Amino acid sequence: MSNATHAAGGSAARRPSEPGFARRLGHNVTDTLVMAQRNLLRYVRLPRLLMFSSIQPIMFVVLFAYVFGGAIRTPGVNYINYLIPGILIQTVLFGATQTTTGLADDLSKGIVDRFRSLPMARSAVLAGRTLADGLLRNLFTVGLMLAVGAILGFRFEGSAWQALASVGVVAFFGYAFSWISALIGLLTRDPETAQVAGFIWVFPLVFASSAFVPVETMPHWLQAFAKVQPISVTVNGVRYLTSGGAAPGVAPGDVWQSLLWGAGILLAFVPLAVLQYRRAV
Amino acid sequence: MNDTAIHVQSVRKSFGSVQALDGVSLDAPRGKVFGLLGPNGAGKTTLVRILTTLLLPDAGEATVLGHDVRSDREALRPRIGLAGQYAAVDENLTGRENLVMVGRLYHLGLAEARRRADEVLERFELRDAAGRTAKTYSGGMRRRLDLAASLVGRPEVLFLDEPTTGLDPRSRRDMWALIKELVGGGATLLLTTQYLEEADELADRIAVVDHGRVIAEGTSDELKAQLARDYVEIGVERPEDLDRALRSLEGVGGDAGVERESLRISLPAPNGARTLLEAVRRLDGADVGLVDVGLRRPSLDEVFLSLTGHQAGQQGRGAGGGGAERGTNARDDEEREDEARDEVTA
Repeated sequence: MSNATHAAGGSAARRPSEPGFARRLGHNVTDTLVMAQRNLLRYVRLPRLLMFSSIQPIMFVVLFAYVFGGAIRTPGVNYINYLIPGILIQTVLFGATQTTTGLADDLSKGIVDRFRSLPMARSAVLAGRTLADGLLRNLFTVGLMLAVGAILGFRFEGSAWQALASVGVVAFFGYAFSWISALIGLLTRDPETAQVAGFIWVFPLVFASSAFVPVETMPHWLQAFAKVQPISVTVNGVRYLTSGGAAPGVAPGDVWQSLLWGAGILLAFVPLAVLQYRRAV
Repeated sequence: MNDTAIHVQSVRKSFGSVQALDGVSLDAPRGKVFGLLGPNGAGKTTLVRILTTLLLPDAGEATVLGHDVRSDREALRPRIGLAGQYAAVDENLTGRENLVMVGRLYHLGLAEARRRADEVLERFELRDAAGRTAKTYSGGMRRRLDLAASLVGRPEVLFLDEPTTGLDPRSRRDMWALIKELVGGGATLLLTTQYLEEADELADRIAVVDHGRVIAEGTSDELKAQLARDYVEIGVERPEDLDRALRSLEGVGGDAGVERESLRISLPAPNGARTLLEAVRRLDGADVGLVDVGLRRPSLDEVFLSLTGHQAGQQGRGAGGGGAERGTNARDDEEREDEARDEVTA
C-alpha cells in the first residue's frame, strides 16, 4: 500500500509519521498546554464555578476561626495562624475533586473520543487537566485564602522565602493529589458518581489530620493514623514554613517528608491514570 | 498499488457476552462514500471505533490507508477525522476556540490553526456564531461544528458516525448538502446510518450490517436489483377477474403472487418495462377489468427489511404454511436469504 503515502501528498510532508524525540516532546508540551488552556477557559466561561468553589473554603475559615476555634486549644500559637496552613491544604484537596468530576464529564460526553482519535499525546488530556485544575486554579484559591486569612489576622512569621516555599509546598501537594482525583474520575466515568466518589476519600483524610486540631487531642488509635498520614505531614511542613519554625511540634523534616509524599504519589498515580485513560472506552 | 482506503477482514469484537462484530469484512475505495447501513446495535459504531483507533479488535485485520489499526495507530491518527454520534465539542468554548483547539492538537501552528478554523467556519456557515459558546448552538449547528472539527486537520479519510441522527428534517438536508460537498472535494468517507434514505442519497457503496455481520454489499442500485426485483402491480375490479388475469398471464414474468382481499396481483418483472407491456397486452386481450397497472421498483427500504427483517422472522416461517397465496414471495425470501449468505462468505 505504498500508494497511501503517495496520495497523502503535501500534507504528509508537513506531518511526518514518525517525529523525532525532540519533536515529540515539543508536541507533548503543546498538547498539554492546549488542554490546560481549554480547562482554564471553563472557569472564564463559568465564573459561577470559580465563585462557588471559592466560597466554600472561605466558609470553612470563618467556621473554624469563629465557631470551633474558641474551643480548640493550640498551645504556643494563635489559632488563626494554626488554622490557615490546614485550610490551604484542605482547599487544594477539595479543589482537586473538580478534576474528578471534570474528567468524568468529558468521558460521558464523548469529547474524549475526539481527543483519542487525534494525533495528540495520550497523556495530554490528563496533564492539561491537572495543570489547570490541580495547579493553576489552586494557586488562585490559595492566594484568595491567604487574603481572607490576612483579614482575619493571619500573619507569615518567617522569612519571605519561607512564605513563598509554603505556597510551593501546598501547590505541589495539591498537584500530586489531583492525579489521584484524575484516576478516580476515569474509573467512575459518570459525573454524578464522580461528584461523590471524588469527595468521600478526601474528607476523612483532611479531618483526621493536624489540619484543624492538634492530633494529641484525638483518641490513641486515631492518633496513630493522624500523625503519619501525608496530610498531617504536609500541614505540619507548611505550618513550619509560615511560622518560621516557631509553631510547636513542627520540624523542617515535615517539609521534606511532604515533598517525598508528593513525589511518591506522582510516581504511582501518573502512570496509573495514563494507563486507565488509554484503557477507557 | 491499490485504491482501497479501508480494508477490513474478518474483524471480531465482543463486549463481555455481547458479540458486537462477528467477522466483518469490507473494502472501501478511495475518494468514495462508503455507507454502513444497519439498525441500532448492529455494530456500526463499534466498527467505526476500531477504525479510528479508539478500540482494538479481538480478531481479524483492519487497515486504513495502509496503516494497521493495531500496530500503526500513531501514523494513522493524523490522517483521519471522526465526527461521532454525540457532537463531541466543548460546550464552554466558542465555536472558533473549539476548532483552533482541534487544529493545535493536529499540531498545526497557532496561526495556521486559526486560519484553518476560520476557513471551516466559513464553509459550514458558522461564521456568525463563531464567537458564541457551543452551549448556545442548536442541535444542527452543533453537528456542523462537530463535522467542522473533524475536518480541521484535512483528514484523508473521514468517519461520520450517524451524522444526522436526532436532527430535524431541515438540518438533515443541510447536513447532506455539506457531506456531498465534501465528497466533491475528493475525500474518502465512511458513513454509518440507520436511514436508508441517507445511504441511498449519499453513499456510493453500501454495506448492510446486522448483528455484527455484513449481510449484503454493493451500490444502492445493485442492492435493489440483486435483492428485490421489479414487480408489475395489477389491481382488478372483481374477484373473478383475478383468475382470468392469472390465466392470461401464464408464461409472462415470474410466478405471480395474489392478494385476494385487495384484488391485487404482483408479478415479478425480470425484463422490466417489456414484462409490463406484455402483461398489459395479455390482460387487455383477456378482457380483464383493470383498476390499476404499474411497474413498481422496490425501495431500498424493502431491500433493507427483506435483509434484516427475515432474520427475526426466520423461526416463525415454515410452521405457518398458510401463506400459500403469497407463495412466490416466500420463495423470493429464501432466495434473498441465500444471496445474503453468499455475500457473507464471499
